Amino acid sequence: MMADIFSASFITGLIGATLRMSTPIILATLGEIITERAGVLNLGIEGIMLFGAASGFLATLATGNLWFGILMAALSGVLLALLMSFLAVNLGLSQHVAGLGITIFASGLAMFIYRKAVGSPVVPPTVHPFSPLAIPFLSDIPFIGESFFKQYFLTYITWALIPLVSIFLFRTRFGLRIRTMGQNPFAADTVGVNVNRTRTICLAIGGALFGVAGAFLTLAHQNMFLIDVVGGRGWIAIAMTIFGNWNPLMGSLGGLMFGFLDALQLRLQSVGIHLPIHVFLMIPYLMTIVALVGVSRKATVPAGLLKPYRREEKGG
Amino acid sequence: MKKVMCLVMVGILCCVTVFSQAAGKKQFQIAAIFQTSIEEPWDGAIHQACQKVAKELNLKYEYSEGVAAADFEKVVREYSERGFDFIVGDAFLAGEEPSRRAAKDYPKIAYAFGSEFSPQAPNYSVFDNWIHEPAYLSGVIAGMMTKTNTLGIVAAIPIPEVNRLANAFKKGALSVNPRVKVKITYIGSWFDPPKAKEAAVAMIEGGADYLFAERFGVFEAAKEAKVFAFGNMADQNSLAPDVVVTSCVWDMYPLIRKSVDAIRNGSWSAKNLKDWSMMAAKGSYLASYHGFDAKLPVKVKTAVSDLTKKIMNGSFTVPVIETELVSD
Repeated sequence: MMADIFSASFITGLIGATLRMSTPIILATLGEIITERAGVLNLGIEGIMLFGAASGFLATLATGNLWFGILMAALSGVLLALLMSFLAVNLGLSQHVAGLGITIFASGLAMFIYRKAVGSPVVPPTVHPFSPLAIPFLSDIPFIGESFFKQYFLTYITWALIPLVSIFLFRTRFGLRIRTMGQNPFAADTVGVNVNRTRTICLAIGGALFGVAGAFLTLAHQNMFLIDVVGGRGWIAIAMTIFGNWNPLMGSLGGLMFGFLDALQLRLQSVGIHLPIHVFLMIPYLMTIVALVGVSRKATVPAGLLKPYRREEKGG
Repeated sequence: MKKVMCLVMVGILCCVTVFSQAAGKKQFQIAAIFQTSIEEPWDGAIHQACQKVAKELNLKYEYSEGVAAADFEKVVREYSERGFDFIVGDAFLAGEEPSRRAAKDYPKIAYAFGSEFSPQAPNYSVFDNWIHEPAYLSGVIAGMMTKTNTLGIVAAIPIPEVNRLANAFKKGALSVNPRVKVKITYIGSWFDPPKAKEAAVAMIEGGADYLFAERFGVFEAAKEAKVFAFGNMADQNSLAPDVVVTSCVWDMYPLIRKSVDAIRNGSWSAKNLKDWSMMAAKGSYLASYHGFDAKLPVKVKTAVSDLTKKIMNGSFTVPVIETELVSD
């Protein structure tokens, strides 16, 4: 059994699976970090991901074009995020209530549209999904080439986005505005930042990433849509945002860790370790909680998070 | 004159009401209550069967899906009050007590619910999915065909309904190939094809070349690695014709049809309807081989058809083992 675990194929397989399984979580985490840095907690994430999974799938099913599906997933994510923005930013409602409301609404709407489009067949319809893309030369590197450089295109994009989002938040003027607004919207307003409009833009960017994260599940990692296919990955992204202390690099590292533990527990089950199954299934979630406990004490929450901005009101 | 007119009108109204009620009574009514949406394969199987029987016998059929635990009793009572003749559904876990409580108050109405407990006299019968016989046959095929002597099972959650399929598949494989090793992974979810795929990928890397796909998601991994798989619940060959050797089908049609017949001729009683879900009643079966008909050796097909005959005539009983399976 130990020989199984330390074999080359076990390890390369594990690395490959880790990258695949962490892709949607990292994408969603990046989106949530941008949103929360601007001062809005978007709990609509789980529902928006499910809606993106459905709309992307249906768009591809109708046209046969995978990139069109990804585009539609991003667009529908933006639309739902704009709804969130209207509720939480413009109307200034409770971000918790508005976000959960969006999740419930978007999940129901996704199922409704899916059924209107395909009915309720015994065998669900499928699309021809993205194939893993081998990068020439790099994928030929022995041992690691196959696992790192034979991934879905969206996985490469996700990895490119991690530094890009970092630079965007910490090295650009717009990023500085976002961070200022998330810390102190009054100060941002004084220097001429349109707080509500910038928050709306951040929500929209986040929504697009949520939508694509969902569509990754139905267009790349799999070829079908099922109810609840997102299965809590959005909530994990919320946890990873906190774990990463609202830093894209750390948050992505958290997503990677979760993907690794999930890929690992699936492999440990199949090599025949005699432990109750629930122990395996618990591993990634348990470690997430442990990591959160360790990190969140030192977490520096954006001071403006959860607070709607009203020019006339004196806020903290 | 006005009085007479009034009386006549009232009389007509009464007649219309009485007749329309009588006419309504004539049509047999089935209601189904599901905890999930009908896209879920288990509830979908019940829904499909009700639809088919309703169409065939010209019955009225209504259903409610996504019924939460707190609403379950209310929905059962609503259909009961509206005079439905036969109320079926999925009572597993949350629906058990509410459906049983409601059924007590309407002894004239027939109830049949998916349940792991006993029937409740006089009118509440129970059923369950019994696909272990086709699962055993799939195991026989896998055991004879495997080149690596390693098989895999990707399953949802270790509950009796799932465990007995996994165990039957393994027993079937071992019955023809004692050297075979069986790996199993539970993904901890009913609807997570990406995770099921990763579980399958891990098994294939570990050498598995025939996979039992209790859940959706396995075929994509099999396609990429050019190994083979067995579908579950419905004939899933169309999802991956080059991969799916055959599928273990649960068909609720005989159970619903026989129940309706029993209710109509007055012989309905509370019992466990499991026999109507077995292969002998055509309540479950091994789907067509489709393209694999030409690829499977005659020896394998003969073994399966011989065993099928024995299961159908009762001379061979597939063992029902409901304990949790662990990878070899």
